[in-house]
Amino acid sequence: MDLLTELTILVLAAFVGFEVISKVPNTLHTPLMSATNAIHGIVLLGGLLLIGEATGFLDELLLVIAIAFGTINVVGGFLVTDRMLHMFKRRPEPREPSAEEPAAKESA
Amino acid sequence: MVTASFLSDPDLIRVLYLVAFALFIFGLRLLNHPRSARRGNIVAGVGMAIAVVATLLYDFVGDYLLIAIGIAIGTAVGVPAARSVKMTAMPQMVALFNGVGGGAVALISFVEYRESLSLGGNPELETLIPILFAAIVGSISFWGSNIAFGKLQEVLPGRPIQLPGQQFINIALLAVAIGCAVAIAVGTESQLLFLVILVAAAALGNMFVLPIGGADMPVVISLLNAFTGLSAAAAGMALDNVALIVGGMLVGASGTILTTQMAEAMNRSVLSVLAGGFGGVTVVGGTGDDGEAKPVRSTDASDVAIQLAYASKVVVAPGYGMAVAQAQHTVRELADELEKRGVRVDYAIHPVAGRMPGHMNVLLAEADVPYDHLKEMDEINPEFPQTDVALVIGANDVTNPAARENEGSPIYGMPILDVDKAAQVIVLKRSMNTGFAGIDNPLFYNENTALLFGDAKESVAAVLSEVKAL
Repeated sequence: MDLLTELTILVLAAFVGFEVISKVPNTLHTPLMSATNAIHGIVLLGGLLLIGEATGFLDELLLVIAIAFGTINVVGGFLVTDRMLHMFKRRPEPREPSAEEPAAKESA
Repeated sequence: MVTASFLSDPDLIRVLYLVAFALFIFGLRLLNHPRSARRGNIVAGVGMAIAVVATLLYDFVGDYLLIAIGIAIGTAVGVPAARSVKMTAMPQMVALFNGVGGGAVALISFVEYRESLSLGGNPELETLIPILFAAIVGSISFWGSNIAFGKLQEVLPGRPIQLPGQQFINIALLAVAIGCAVAIAVGTESQLLFLVILVAAAALGNMFVLPIGGADMPVVISLLNAFTGLSAAAAGMALDNVALIVGGMLVGASGTILTTQMAEAMNRSVLSVLAGGFGGVTVVGGTGDDGEAKPVRSTDASDVAIQLAYASKVVVAPGYGMAVAQAQHTVRELADELEKRGVRVDYAIHPVAGRMPGHMNVLLAEADVPYDHLKEMDEINPEFPQTDVALVIGANDVTNPAARENEGSPIYGMPILDVDKAAQVIVLKRSMNTGFAGIDNPLFYNENTALLFGDAKESVAAVLSEVKAL
């Protein structure tokens, strides 16, 4: 792909990023950051692309570490965001404060 | 073999990438609203899975054993970490996940450079420049995030750590990194120079986060997130991979916006946050030690219980102290008890309360507080004059009226929660120590303020049992 095509994609992606995010309410800032955090784990692909042609122990070792890092970033990021968002609720029907023991959840 | 060649067709892979981008963007859109947010995250996750599978289809991608090992290690570390982390520890978890992403970028750029050297020399500039950029920013992001993690986890002291000549050292380190990068770009072929770049950037990552105080963490974490995104996009340019460019840039752009919003919420520029030492260097209008010179009114749980139970409107202003004390569940129980008595309880959320953007929202959501009770600063501030009791739990700087009134104060101009305008203010505090920023808070000495000393969770629990006994 030539440089200009890549730059075009880069700039358009930047604008999409600005647009999609600017209206997010404060309430969701943490999950949003955590989800975008998971998305940049896409760098994992870089490791996949290089490792097939890597020669030598050092390069292979570094790439396995990079792939592991990227995977932690992706898998951990999406899971933790899901856990967080799972908790966001509108209004539980008439609330029963004692029905759900919060202490138990906390230690889970 | 027909199917195999069909699957590794670059056009098919590109189409799959396109699907993945659409899912990323759609997922981020769904994240705009609490009701659809969870679905949004899953949609983006599916997009990621498609991007990974598509990449594996390239016929030059090989060594599946090594790939499997890497992914297995990453999963074995990432899944349990994400499952077990407490909601109060979320900021350091995000910092850590961000750091490994940056580390991956730095490693990939190094290997890519080594590969091209072994193939006969420096790559063309349109590949080389992104590699160098990715190396610098990825390395800064990795080390910066680790320091942020250390501070949040309290392995390192949370207060700003200043070295003499800090700014000068930072500029020198950046100059070294960029200087070596330029040397390579103009034709020097040297792995050693590349390593110097990585090391200088690593040192810079350490040095630039160390002097930043705990209260500025939301800005820093969000900035590092943007950095990793940008470096991933650069790696994509180097590797000619659209998925990396788009994924990285989406995060780079959104992270930049979030960073600016956080900095605005503190009335500071991103640069001044990076210059470090919030209140650490010059503290005007307040002493660093306890304020025993001025009288404060302390109160007890039964008094607070009576005030709350007979109020008609109570606003809770939570801060990092609530997170530290793990008091969010007890706070919600107290609110439930009060609402049974017909008291309206809302929560006033300052954009930078806590240690990362939206930290308080997550904690209160964990405690089953419905999100329509969480009011943003602009929404709740006009309501304080009609509020009977403002209950400040472990928040300090974000309620400090000096930000409105005292031009000499380091936080002058920062938008705050106007809790002092409520009829009564009750501040739950561990002791008379100043906040993270080390700035004295005149709120505590106001006539309508009473302080309830002690661990936030125990204090709230004591108030709760007094309310029940009424």
